[in-house]
Amino acid sequence: MAKTYINGIGCVSAQATVDGFPSEFALDENTNFLELVKPEYKDYFSPIASRRMAKGVKNGIVASTLAMKEAGIENLDAIITGTGMGCIEDSDKFLKAIIDNNEQFLTPTSFIQSTHNTVASTIAINLGCKAYNFTYVNGAVSFESALVDAKLQFDADEVSNVLVGGIDEMTEYTKSLFKLAGFIKPDESGPHKILGSHTKATVFSEGATFFMLSDTKTESTYAELVDIETINKLELSKVGHKAIEFLKANNLTQHDIDAVVLGFDGDVEFDEYYKELAREFAFTPQVYYKHVSGEYNTASAFGLYVGSNVLKNQEIPQQLKVNEVEKPSYHKILLYNQYRGIDHSFTLISI
Amino acid sequence: MEALKQELKEKIIAVLNLEDVQPSDISNTDALFGDGLGLDSIDALELIVLLDKDYGIKLTDPKEGKNIFQSIDTMAAYVEANRTK
Repeated sequence: MAKTYINGIGCVSAQATVDGFPSEFALDENTNFLELVKPEYKDYFSPIASRRMAKGVKNGIVASTLAMKEAGIENLDAIITGTGMGCIEDSDKFLKAIIDNNEQFLTPTSFIQSTHNTVASTIAINLGCKAYNFTYVNGAVSFESALVDAKLQFDADEVSNVLVGGIDEMTEYTKSLFKLAGFIKPDESGPHKILGSHTKATVFSEGATFFMLSDTKTESTYAELVDIETINKLELSKVGHKAIEFLKANNLTQHDIDAVVLGFDGDVEFDEYYKELAREFAFTPQVYYKHVSGEYNTASAFGLYVGSNVLKNQEIPQQLKVNEVEKPSYHKILLYNQYRGIDHSFTLISI
Repeated sequence: MEALKQELKEKIIAVLNLEDVQPSDISNTDALFGDGLGLDSIDALELIVLLDKDYGIKLTDPKEGKNIFQSIDTMAAYVEANRTK
């Protein structure tokens, strides 16, 4: 059974991650939406090529290019992506055109680009890659579902190099709906402290994070992807127990874990899940990241980006620390994420 | 006619999302497809919808499009002769 290594990462986010893992993160507690730090798109594709690309597609191509470049891989055995909302920008455009034009004059571009698998297919078309190409749309475990698929293929010795990514984009219209639904904190209600928040809803954002997974350890390796488990519904009181069970299945106990990466997003209604797990790992260094990445369905891919960099750099950035517990070295990291009390995921990485 | 040509250039840039292209970058005689602006068959569909929506021109024969969309000059001449709005 082949191992699975993370050998390259590319990330487009609300932080300056395109140039590598930031030594310092930009913090803005006064906004309920963290704006993306846009890459120089023209460095990656021509304006003519980008004319049909919504920002999610552009970000996906940039992030996947960076991941492949870092790993030095050009030939892929699979491209697997996860997205919670898909190409919502072009879906919005297409649906708006239907309404505005009384179901007449529908143009093809936004329709073609509105499907959820647009990013994975555009990457494949650009590379001329005819290998396995799949997109998972499973809410907040979309990215983890893509990881599970890749891991199963590595376990079965069917692949050597797989590109896996999580992409989500936001539009002004969807943002307004999310505010109405109480998913995004109200305007002018800041400052928003993600840790220790007393208010409902969260600070949103968008992004694309890609991982080049390979069966061979190289100089660029960040970590080994050991295991992933997704659970749709989980009672609050059982989170700690579930985490221990997950570790036990990997012949580990909580004492073997050097850090936990938690998806705290500042929603007082659901952050209890993270607090519950934090209590279970009270003597373990704890990391959070959604105050710098924002929340979105595939924000957990940013969490894996953080965890992988902690293992590679052997250091937890001060701005990402939940507690002040430290370890002399970091070998095994457990990541836990959920969104609004469902779509729980546990991911284990190791060096 | 010059005003129509300018209008068509602006609409083509907007409809096809040609970032970084200015109306002044498109010459009236430049080929829109192939070596000129580099448009393709999906862009042709967008232009057909543009003619229908903004000028009330319905193209039923795809072969017609090849001649009409040769350049801004040919497009403007066709719109001028056939527009219903």
